[in-house]
Amino acid sequence: MKARVHVMLKTGVLDPQGEAVRHALGALGFDGVEAVRQGKVIELDLAETDADAARAQVRQMCEKLLANTVIESYDIEIG
Amino acid sequence: MKAAVIVFPGSNCDRDLAVALERAGAQVSMVWHKDTELPAGLDLIGIPGGFSFGDYLRCGAIAANSPICRAVIGHAERGGYVLGICNGFQVLTETHLLPGALMRNSGLKFVCRTETLRVTTTDSAFTGAYAAGQELRIPIAHHDGNYQADDALIERLRAEDRIAFTYAANPNGSRADIAGILSENRRVLGMMPHPERAAEPVHGSTDGAPLFGSLIAAMVPA
Repeated sequence: MKARVHVMLKTGVLDPQGEAVRHALGALGFDGVEAVRQGKVIELDLAETDADAARAQVRQMCEKLLANTVIESYDIEIG
Repeated sequence: MKAAVIVFPGSNCDRDLAVALERAGAQVSMVWHKDTELPAGLDLIGIPGGFSFGDYLRCGAIAANSPICRAVIGHAERGGYVLGICNGFQVLTETHLLPGALMRNSGLKFVCRTETLRVTTTDSAFTGAYAAGQELRIPIAHHDGNYQADDALIERLRAEDRIAFTYAANPNGSRADIAGILSENRRVLGMMPHPERAAEPVHGSTDGAPLFGSLIAAMVPA
């Protein structure tokens, strides 16, 4: 079973890299980009075949390693 | 006084830290990250600077989950002393031995230069040899030293006098100009600047030496 985890900085945490991308887009002539936030996508290939069990397992992985919940939030897609 | 310096793949300040501790009078052993036990009778653990595990995922995140870090957490929970410098500070926040997080520098650049720090508290074994408000010249060398915490945590760190050092001119966007913080029991210090690189006259500054001296003095039974 495949899982995909999106890790983003929490709302309210300043994202200096997203801000730099926004400036670069402006410099390239893309007007009207009001905000850019960047994060990461982590794809997992799991032996688990039950979607609920896989989600629970991935949630634990996020809490323990994949995200730093002090500054990051995560979102899990299964299947 | 017995100290151990933890070595991860990618640590590069481990020997400098060991030399600084030895010069101050400690007996130092190096401990590999795959070990599961620390040497017996240890007083202090040093977590050195560098780029453990290539800074993959997040700085310090993989090191914080390495076998030896379970023993480091146990040592801290028993009231043992831990000093984390640079990547070591990142490891300590990732293990939650210290609160908050270290993010990419606000200027996005790796900053490598000597900064002026202010000693914000003298109430710890690490900072007891300095004067309150004393200015120190100590090098920084990091890409992710931007200390972030919510308002409630910053307020708590201030109220509990746990901010050890602040920058005179903030180089990385750290909240409240924070360069280093202490744990609740004041025995775990995490700091981004490198006192081990300002510990001998040949380094150009010896302002870091009193940190090691006072730490070792605090641990020698009176």
